Amino acid sequence: MKPFTYERAASPAAAAAAVARTPGAKFVAGGTNLLDLMKLQIETPRHLVDVNRLGLDTIEPTAEGGIRIGALVRNTALAADARVRRDYGVLSRALVSGASGQLRNKATTAGNLLQRTRCPYFYDTNQPCNKRQPGSGCAAIGGFNRNLAILGTSKDCIATHPSDMAVAMRALDATVETVMPNGQTRRIAIADFHRLPGSTPWVETALVAGEMITAVTLPAPVGGTHIYRKVRDRSSYAFATISVAAVLRPTNGTARFAFGGLAHKPWRVEAAETRVDGGAKAIAAAALAGAQTTDQNGFKIPLVERTLASVLAEGAAA
Amino acid sequence: MNDEPAFTLSRRGALVGGAAAAAAGAVPIDAGAAPTGPAQPAPPTVPVRFTVNGKARALDLDPRVTLLDALREHLNLTGSKKGCDHGQCGACTVMVEGKRINSCLTLAVMHDGDAITTIEGLGRPGDLHPMQAAFVKHDGFQCGYCTPGQIMSSIAVLQEIKDGVPSYVTADVAGSATLTGEELRERMSGNICRCAAYSNIIAAIADVAGAKDVA
Repeated sequence: MKPFTYERAASPAAAAAAVARTPGAKFVAGGTNLLDLMKLQIETPRHLVDVNRLGLDTIEPTAEGGIRIGALVRNTALAADARVRRDYGVLSRALVSGASGQLRNKATTAGNLLQRTRCPYFYDTNQPCNKRQPGSGCAAIGGFNRNLAILGTSKDCIATHPSDMAVAMRALDATVETVMPNGQTRRIAIADFHRLPGSTPWVETALVAGEMITAVTLPAPVGGTHIYRKVRDRSSYAFATISVAAVLRPTNGTARFAFGGLAHKPWRVEAAETRVDGGAKAIAAAALAGAQTTDQNGFKIPLVERTLASVLAEGAAA
Repeated sequence: MNDEPAFTLSRRGALVGGAAAAAAGAVPIDAGAAPTGPAQPAPPTVPVRFTVNGKARALDLDPRVTLLDALREHLNLTGSKKGCDHGQCGACTVMVEGKRINSCLTLAVMHDGDAITTIEGLGRPGDLHPMQAAFVKHDGFQCGYCTPGQIMSSIAVLQEIKDGVPSYVTADVAGSATLTGEELRERMSGNICRCAAYSNIIAAIADVAGAKDVA
């Protein structure tokens, strides 16, 4: 690791201000992704602001009947929370589909949203990568890309966002709450939180410099059957090739689908959710409209369709 | 403060010397990641106090020191192993505040005030923790390198099931998990065994849990 200085923040606003004013500063929470990248010198912060002990580790009910999940709630604690298991099962299932038991005990809600891509060219410091080194090019396009994105890509980047949790949160219409370096707060819909690469793939979220996530809120439970189906190269402890977060037959009689492993954000097309009567083929066709595949990852389109068919069958049997 | 035995063991010395000799003349494995140039000055140290296996410890550390390196290199507790150093293998698994974590992916200075348990804190020869005894009984290892992490994880897995933590193979996340081989394998997937002692590890965990017919 490159040398860095370290401080323990006194409050969320103080942490945001410290990161905004200190050159090369970053927040550290669980650290499971950041330290991995620091050891590889892909991340080289000069200062770390530890936000672990700011009281942001509780799950509270909201006035609207939903829940507010503190930014520092660990993935295991969120997956095991009785309200989440009962009312937001798709989120609990998505969380336990990711990483390992040890990592989930450490990884946080905010850190899960902010984790970096696992594109092999982002990790290989001998290769060009526009995320790691802006302007250097993309070795994934034309490289080994069978697990990379088919939607929302650009000529500069075809990385996916690796989170499972975020896919479930997209299906649940979550909102990200933040504090800015000047102490002001704001709310960002999960749909607008992760950015597609465009010509600036290194800009990955809607956050500004120093802005810190304080919580993620979920609206009141919508009922229905909750399913998270993850397809991957081995059956545990692997990132998604594709995944489907589904909430079937919620109280208003509709369905919701969000997809992982397809883009640099959880992929949800609300118009596709009106096509349930047409079955998996119709839903997939609407959800994946405009997909651009390489000679290696075109299989993701039929894989999504077949996984959706399996999810619908499971929902019908529930 | 430090009353763990000093590193005078000839076997370890021989291994370290052997590795250094083998590395001489070879290309450093991380040559691509380590840019050349003048060494940067070490950052200011940070004081940290925590409890390890019930004993209070105070260290003054470069903030780059991971919890794993603090345990191994500063406190001479070498039971926790450095396998991959990237959270992929689980050999470094320890308990912090009762929860299993990868000690390689956390900074020691982030654990001020925490209670840490390592494999050395479980049992002693002649007075083994039940999980340690079960690993011996069921031959839950060959080379033994991953074993401290496997044992720490095994103990944590049984506690997590008791605490109602669901897994990806739990049929009803709102209900409770049943103690099956499938559950144990899924929950142990963060611990890799190069010797593939997996089936005997599952047998050892099932034995401690009192579970019958786990396959």
